[in-house]
Amino acid sequence: MSLIYPVKSLDAYPKHLSPEYRSTVKRSPSKPLIIMPHTLSELSGPVYGHDAVQEGDNDLTKQHKGEPLGERIIVHGHVLDEDKRPVPDTLVEIWQANACGRYVHNVDQHPAPLDPNFTGAGRAVTDKHGYYKFITVKPGAYPWGNHHNAWRPNHIHFSVFGHSFLSRLVTQMYFPGDYLFPFDPIFNSVTDEKARNRMVSTFDLENTIPDWALCFRFDIVLRGREATPLDTDKH
Amino acid sequence: MSDITPSQTVGPFFAYGLAPKGRCHWDPNGSYSWKETVGDNLVTPDATGQKIHIEGRITDGDGMPINDAMLEIWQADAQGRYASPADNRARPNTQFKGFGRSATDKDGVFGFDTIKPGAVPGPNGKTQAPHIVFCIFSRGMLRQIYTRMYFSDEGANAADPILALVPEDRRGTLVAHKTMKGDLPVYRFDIRVQGENETVFFQV
Ligand SMILES: [Fe+3]
Repeated sequence: MSLIYPVKSLDAYPKHLSPEYRSTVKRSPSKPLIIMPHTLSELSGPVYGHDAVQEGDNDLTKQHKGEPLGERIIVHGHVLDEDKRPVPDTLVEIWQANACGRYVHNVDQHPAPLDPNFTGAGRAVTDKHGYYKFITVKPGAYPWGNHHNAWRPNHIHFSVFGHSFLSRLVTQMYFPGDYLFPFDPIFNSVTDEKARNRMVSTFDLENTIPDWALCFRFDIVLRGREATPLDTDKH
Repeated sequence: MSDITPSQTVGPFFAYGLAPKGRCHWDPNGSYSWKETVGDNLVTPDATGQKIHIEGRITDGDGMPINDAMLEIWQADAQGRYASPADNRARPNTQFKGFGRSATDKDGVFGFDTIKPGAVPGPNGKTQAPHIVFCIFSRGMLRQIYTRMYFSDEGANAADPILALVPEDRRGTLVAHKTMKGDLPVYRFDIRVQGENETVFFQV
């Protein structure tokens, strides 16, 4: 498959320097990025298929002796390219806080309990339709040090590969109707409202399992569209 | 405006999910282990070529180490072939993936064990000097930054079409310097995200 990666598509991304999110001030390049053509080094990318995951890696509620506390949820969706074609056999990794808003990481000193039955990491590989599915618990909101009384909206971190090194994406999935949205500089670093809303999952009643778990749908659109003869003729 | 899903920061807590066996010590009580899919040792039993070690330190605009960054590398094998469907040339050493991930330690230090890549095809029929593509994520980065590492002992750098796009006085930031540790070549590649002697980053 031959794909092209218009740089224009990246307009949907946040700017490197978004001062409302304080840590960007010293961690964003200050010199202009060097524009370069996409070579084989960028247009190729690693493949982590079904051998990279084991049965059950996508179920975060079954990694320990007991069940984690919190609201059990299903998160599923499709990974697509810019032409909305499915991206099959691609690795999707997630990590998240537990139901109390606490991460299993030494650096997280938020005074909320760890859950001995919940690590919060999972992975899946999309099927031939680009479909993935996770079972987990809804992560809690948590405080952070960006500004006075700063709290992150509930979110699950996602890492997706796609077809090449250019389609690599790390993002966060949010939950519909979160009251913390207006106050979160990370969510609002995406200045276009439509683009921002693509990070918000939708409640999926149809796939909610009665007496067991609510379901949320999160489709992920990666860089890359079909290379038409017109595009390759350009130079 | 395209319809792609926007990028968000990897945040400070990714290590347990993305680099659980790496040099970042994240486990608060030793009971949350998680399997690793991508690590910092790329060398496979069937990989031919020169084994090398890459090490560097990533610092911010104040020169302070970034202790919560994740660096991903992508490279060709010693014959200059990528383990990707996009590269349809035959590959003899089929297990070598050429992809690695290193989360920095408390001093902002990352490292990889790998094979020195060969030269790869470039634009307009030119050849690119051996290089490794870096993709960097960290807390405080809302989107990844891309850079490249070249090798100080490669004459081919002078004719590399991508290095040629970089102002001459900044090219040095992309060149890793070789020292020997016994028989093992060690390439030192420090990354300065901002400020004096800022590393060159690419718009890709
Ligand atoms: Fe988070």
